[in-house]
Amino acid sequence: MSDYEAILKAYELSGGNPRALQFPDVGSLVVKENKVLSSNEVEGLFLKSEETSKGVKAKLLVKKGCQIRNPVHLCFGVIPEEGIQEIIMDILLEDNSSVELLAHCTFPNAVKVKHIMTAKIKIGRVSSLKYSEVHYHGVKGGIEVIPKAEVDIAPQGRFHNNFTLIQGRVGKLNIDYNVKVAEKGVVELIAKVYGKEKDEIKIKESVFLNGEEAKGLTKSRVVVIDKAKSEVIGETYGNAPGARGHVDCVEIIEGEAQAEAIPKVSVSNSEAKVTHEAAIGRVDKKQIETLMARGLGEAEAIDVVIGGMLK
Amino acid sequence: MLKIENLTLVRDQIIILNKINLEVKKNEIHTLLGVNGVGKSSLAYCVMGCSGYEIKEGRIYFEGKDITKFSLSQRAKLGITLAWQESARFEGITVKDYLSLSGKNGNDYLGDILDKVALNSKLYLDREVNEELSGGERKRVELASVYAMRPKIAILDEPDSGIDMLSLGKIKDYILSLKERGSSVFLITHGEEITEISDKISLMCNGEIIKSGNPNEVRDYFKRRCRKVCNLRKKLNE
Repeated sequence: MSDYEAILKAYELSGGNPRALQFPDVGSLVVKENKVLSSNEVEGLFLKSEETSKGVKAKLLVKKGCQIRNPVHLCFGVIPEEGIQEIIMDILLEDNSSVELLAHCTFPNAVKVKHIMTAKIKIGRVSSLKYSEVHYHGVKGGIEVIPKAEVDIAPQGRFHNNFTLIQGRVGKLNIDYNVKVAEKGVVELIAKVYGKEKDEIKIKESVFLNGEEAKGLTKSRVVVIDKAKSEVIGETYGNAPGARGHVDCVEIIEGEAQAEAIPKVSVSNSEAKVTHEAAIGRVDKKQIETLMARGLGEAEAIDVVIGGMLK
Repeated sequence: MLKIENLTLVRDQIIILNKINLEVKKNEIHTLLGVNGVGKSSLAYCVMGCSGYEIKEGRIYFEGKDITKFSLSQRAKLGITLAWQESARFEGITVKDYLSLSGKNGNDYLGDILDKVALNSKLYLDREVNEELSGGERKRVELASVYAMRPKIAILDEPDSGIDMLSLGKIKDYILSLKERGSSVFLITHGEEITEISDKISLMCNGEIIKSGNPNEVRDYFKRRCRKVCNLRKKLNE
């Protein structure tokens, strides 16, 4: 099997559609370990990549006024049981532009794999970036994933990020996002993670609402079972008049799992408002009993509730 | 069909239900009427087998089988179901998915089921059963899921509470259609209006069944005498 075929197979395991990588009008970047296997630019989208000893440096630019019609597919993976992959990503959306990025990070055979993603993201005025990141780490749990992002949102810019890791094992996950939002900018950070066995999950998301009427939502849905551990730190700072932020964290635990939620809300301007809600516990008894009263077994009912929450 | 014999429920050393005897016959709408806080919902939870409502004394029979020790799931598999007074929320689960859990039906059929509870399928099938639906809407969706299940007996805990008068007629029609499809209904309420469709009414006061029989007679007794006495007893107990 060629490298390309191997990564496509892995890409499919993480929910990606390999056919999408072959359409000429779909932007894409496929990286296996530190090799760029394919890269496709489309009109308005500039994509440059450079191989390094441990990974790849990539720059993605959406030109001023360009709305990229089709989602751009990004595929990062490590196929062997051991390895390291360091992705340094620079994303720039010039003013009045928009793009949707579908990233699939796949490590199906990981026994001792480290994946580090360091992203710098700049979203121009009245520009919009939707970033969906789906991970698949295989079933062995021997992986460490460290996604870090520094995001700057210019006035009226929008950033919607959706991180999902619900299939297979997590291994060790350490998310660290910092987002600065200017006037009338909007950020929405959603993370959904399902930890099992001895998985360790740490999610830290910090949102700085620095511009007037900036809006921010951080929403985490984490399920930990067996002996898995999770810690979710959601911080939002309301620093300007009319800024509105909300931190919403729900963690479900079963078995001997442990979960911690640390919401921090801070307001430095009297006309800003930031709220938070956090809940940790087992699946709600009433939800389970309602489903059981419709004929589902207890385990099935729990799966349905968890499946819905992580959908 | 459902027979309750000498059922007593004690929680935290307080007698919640005291020697309840009651029978719901096949294809009957049997109403349990009483003011708030007299133990009606507790009886529903005992019959359904909810956790925390395990009974120490008495027996519950369903179709001649002693189900007193059966789990909630086992009871549901026999054809018993319950619609809670306040319906649960389900994040990420659409109305369509939720109804599909109760039965295996195509979309058109699910639409018909929503019609039974006066919800427009075009507007509701793809919505989530979460806080974006009002309590009343979630209650209707739950009633629809009961309908989809085709239960042998449906225990409906206050389907009329939080429902406006116009919608009350729809809820009555819904209950009658459950009966038409062959289900028995154990209807729990504190409002007399919905009891018009009952075949039989049992009156509960202070954890006991104090009168049972002809709907007109029991309802009349409730209106004239029992409501005031029960409320007074409840206040004295508080």
